[in-house]
Amino acid sequence: MTTPASFLTEEMRNQAIGQKSEPRSIDIEKGAIIKFAQAIEDDNPLYNDEMVARDSRYGGLIAPPTFLRSVGVDRPPYPFDMPFNRMLDGGSDWEYFHPVRAGDRITAISEIADINERIGRMGLMVITSIVVTYRNQFGQVAATQTSTSIRY
Amino acid sequence: MAYQVYWDDVIEGMQLPEVVKNPTTQQLVKYAGASGDYYQIHYDQAFAKNNDLEDVILHGALKNAFLGHLVTKWMGPNGDLKRLVAQYRGMDIPGTPVTAKGVVIKKYQDKGANLVDCDIWLENDKGDRTTPGSATVALPCRQALPD
Repeated sequence: MTTPASFLTEEMRNQAIGQKSEPRSIDIEKGAIIKFAQAIEDDNPLYNDEMVARDSRYGGLIAPPTFLRSVGVDRPPYPFDMPFNRMLDGGSDWEYFHPVRAGDRITAISEIADINERIGRMGLMVITSIVVTYRNQFGQVAATQTSTSIRY
Repeated sequence: MAYQVYWDDVIEGMQLPEVVKNPTTQQLVKYAGASGDYYQIHYDQAFAKNNDLEDVILHGALKNAFLGHLVTKWMGPNGDLKRLVAQYRGMDIPGTPVTAKGVVIKKYQDKGANLVDCDIWLENDKGDRTTPGSATVALPCRQALPD
C-alpha cells in the first residue's frame, strides 16, 4: 500500500468534528452481564451472583465497568471517504456517574470530538477521538467513554 | 463481600493487590461474543498477519476490562469507580500472561467525596507496561468526617 504524505485538510477536520451517530438502545440483560463477566474472568459477585448482589447496596446485578462496550454503538460517520481500512483501538477514558443495572435500557450516541493525522511505524494514520455518551431510561448519563480510534 | 477498603486506611504509595490473567485464544473468542467485537485480528491469525501483526492480539477493551477488574476488586463492594483510563501502547498476544498492577498516587477529598487516584497498568512477562492507565475511586470512611 502506498502511503500519501498527508490526507486530512483543515476543512475535512472541521466537517468531521461534531459528527454524531444515530442513537442505539439496548436492554441490559442479566444473562449478558454474567456472560461478559465470565468472558473477562471477573468473579465479582455483583456481576455474577444475583443472590449476593441483591443484598448489596445495588439491590441486584450491576454491569462491570467496561460492559458498555457491548452496547455496539455505531461509529459517527466520516463526512468524506476514509481510505484507511485497517483499524486499531488506541485506548479509552471512561467516566462513571450512575451504575448500570440489569433491567436498565441504555441509549448510546457517539460523536467525533477530534481528528488528526500522524506518521507512525505503519505509515500515515488518522487518529479520531470519539466520545460515547450512555444514558439510562431516566435520562441520566450513566457513563461517557472517550476512545481513540486509529485508522491506517 | 466482607472485604472492604476504607479511605482512612489508604496511604499514598500503597500498591493494589495484583490480578494475574492468562489470556487464551478461547478467551478472545468468548470476549468477542460477549462484547460484540468481531474484528478478525482477534481470532483469525491469517487476517492478523495480513494486517502486519505478528499474531492475533488481545482486544484493547479486554485489557481495559482487566484493569477494571484490578480496581473494582481492590475498592470493594462499597467503593465507586469514577474514572478508568487505559492506553493501548503495546500489543499483547494470547498465551502470554499479563499482570494488572496499580499504586495509589493521591488521596484527597472533593465535594464531600473521599477520593483516591491510582496509576494502573498491565505488565507482560518481560516487565513491559503494554497498557498504562489511571483510575479514580470514591471510598467509604470508617467514620463520617466533620464538615
